[in-house]
Amino acid sequence: MKIAVLVKRVPDTTSVFKIADDNASVVTDNLKYVMSPYDEYAMEAAIQLREAGQAEEVIVVSLGDESCKETMRTALAMGADSGLLVKCDGAGPTSRGVAEALAAALKNVGASLILAGKQAVDDDASQVAERIAELLDCPHASVVSRMELVGDTLTVDREIEGGKYTLELPLPAVVSIEKGINTPRYPTLPNIMKAKRKAIEEQDINALGLDAAVLASHITVEAMALPRQERLTNVLEGDNETRVATLVKALREEEKVL
Amino acid sequence: MYESYLDETHTAIRESVRTFVKREVEPYLDEWEDAELFPREIYTKAAEAGFLALGYPEQYGGVECDYFHRLVQAEEFCKAGSLGLVAGLFSLNIALPPILAVGSEEQKQRFIPPVLAGEKIAALGITEPNTGSDVANIQTTAVRVGNHYVVNGAKTFITSGCRADYVTTAVRTGGPGHEGVSLLVIESSTPGFTVANKIRKMGWNASDTAELSFVDCRVPVENLLGGEGQGFQAIMHNFMDERLSMAVMGYACAELAYELTLDYARQREAFGRPLTGFQVSRHKLVDMATQVQVAKSFCYAVAARIQAGDMPITEVSMAKNFACDVADKVCYEAVQLHGGYGYAREYTVERLYRDTRILSLGGGTTEIMKEIIAKYLGI
Repeated sequence: MKIAVLVKRVPDTTSVFKIADDNASVVTDNLKYVMSPYDEYAMEAAIQLREAGQAEEVIVVSLGDESCKETMRTALAMGADSGLLVKCDGAGPTSRGVAEALAAALKNVGASLILAGKQAVDDDASQVAERIAELLDCPHASVVSRMELVGDTLTVDREIEGGKYTLELPLPAVVSIEKGINTPRYPTLPNIMKAKRKAIEEQDINALGLDAAVLASHITVEAMALPRQERLTNVLEGDNETRVATLVKALREEEKVL
Repeated sequence: MYESYLDETHTAIRESVRTFVKREVEPYLDEWEDAELFPREIYTKAAEAGFLALGYPEQYGGVECDYFHRLVQAEEFCKAGSLGLVAGLFSLNIALPPILAVGSEEQKQRFIPPVLAGEKIAALGITEPNTGSDVANIQTTAVRVGNHYVVNGAKTFITSGCRADYVTTAVRTGGPGHEGVSLLVIESSTPGFTVANKIRKMGWNASDTAELSFVDCRVPVENLLGGEGQGFQAIMHNFMDERLSMAVMGYACAELAYELTLDYARQREAFGRPLTGFQVSRHKLVDMATQVQVAKSFCYAVAARIQAGDMPITEVSMAKNFACDVADKVCYEAVQLHGGYGYAREYTVERLYRDTRILSLGGGTTEIMKEIIAKYLGI
């Protein structure tokens, strides 16, 4: 059995973000990029299935420009056997186009199980895995926190409000993974070295036979803003006299309104 | 400007360390600093992630790599913001090289793999209450009686010494001077070996630092590294690596202090504008950045020479002095720019200020480095 794992290159969320002058995009200079953290759990889940002898091959699949290869190397260093990059330059399509392109590319991969993170931490759209399942006419489970494969049946737990929802899916299937399902391994130097020699196949997005309209963006970003920094509530303790004294001190020294 | 030394494998190692630090270190670091010890299981976790094995031969459980893999790994561990953690976790890198350099095959097989696997902790025991860099004058004696050396004496400032399983120890087996110095691997389970004191320190608080006492401690002759009298050379050789790694700690901490301060200065407002809006703060930050880059690039150049097989003793000593001085200055300014917050425990620069002070003392003081440089320059 072959497992395909979808990974996305995203800015590290610990970076300091700035909104560009157009007020509708993020300044990307000096941003550090990483594999979307949920995808790491999907990668680890795939490798564990291979190590348990339930899969023969793990292929990492991504969409983007040349720089995505760096992220794919991380997946290869974690243990993926090979890579497939659906290559496009520039900003690339939005969720629908990405799903269409990946689904088209995945048709030639022949994977029985397609894993992805439950969402990417850049736009948090949580659309690509779902759309791919639809396009490939496969069953799909999202936000999966446990997975067990017996024969051709995958049993998964989905996290829902206040509990778990257990589902059985026949393969082939698309599953998107929640954090905590496992502990993703660290790429070690020997595996990083091995990853250098593993093949990453490239597939031009324009050679997939997709209609330009499918790949075109259907979303216009009107404006973008950083979240407002909420002030911490400070509950004053003690008797009235103390509370008044603390309040006056805070108004004078911290808020500087007195 | 460091690209010529590094490729994507170095970046990947850095990523692995960052993930490890984020997952296993950051959430608990303040606790460890307060407790003045990080838990022993961090050794096994770091070993499982492949960090302890870097730079050692495969046949002993190591992973062979170039000098820069180790350097970027060290840099990135320093970015966790606790040199105590780095010094404690990697005390093997001063304890094992002498075993690797002069030990027998049997000794290497016995001592190295369990340490690289994180199962045993290794420390280096050279410094004594009355002897620091003048290693030729150590007083701890090892007298051969039958198949044992009977060791008597004391060691101090031993990083990881409180819980080390093996201490690579400098002892006097012969007469005065450097010809009488030998290296013995002393197992802490040996009767007569005691941890006399856990030293409380200004910084490096996540690590344990010991005073060790040896009273009629009978160590099997099989634990002698090389022959009698071969200790001094091995110790001197070991210093080169230790000193460069302290230089790396120096600029890496300074770089972190600079980055934290830059973030702070951009956000913190005074008199209606951010600190970076004042020329005096901007210039301070520029000086910090400049010093960090100069120290770092010199260290990279020296590391490249070691990688090429040279023994650049003069340059290593210069690198240590320069980078550790930069660490002092940059961390001083980092605290200064943070104002009162820089003096508060909850700000990392406060710890960096304390943690970097040792760098100009340990592994040979700035003054000792200058004497070495003067000797090699023929001054």
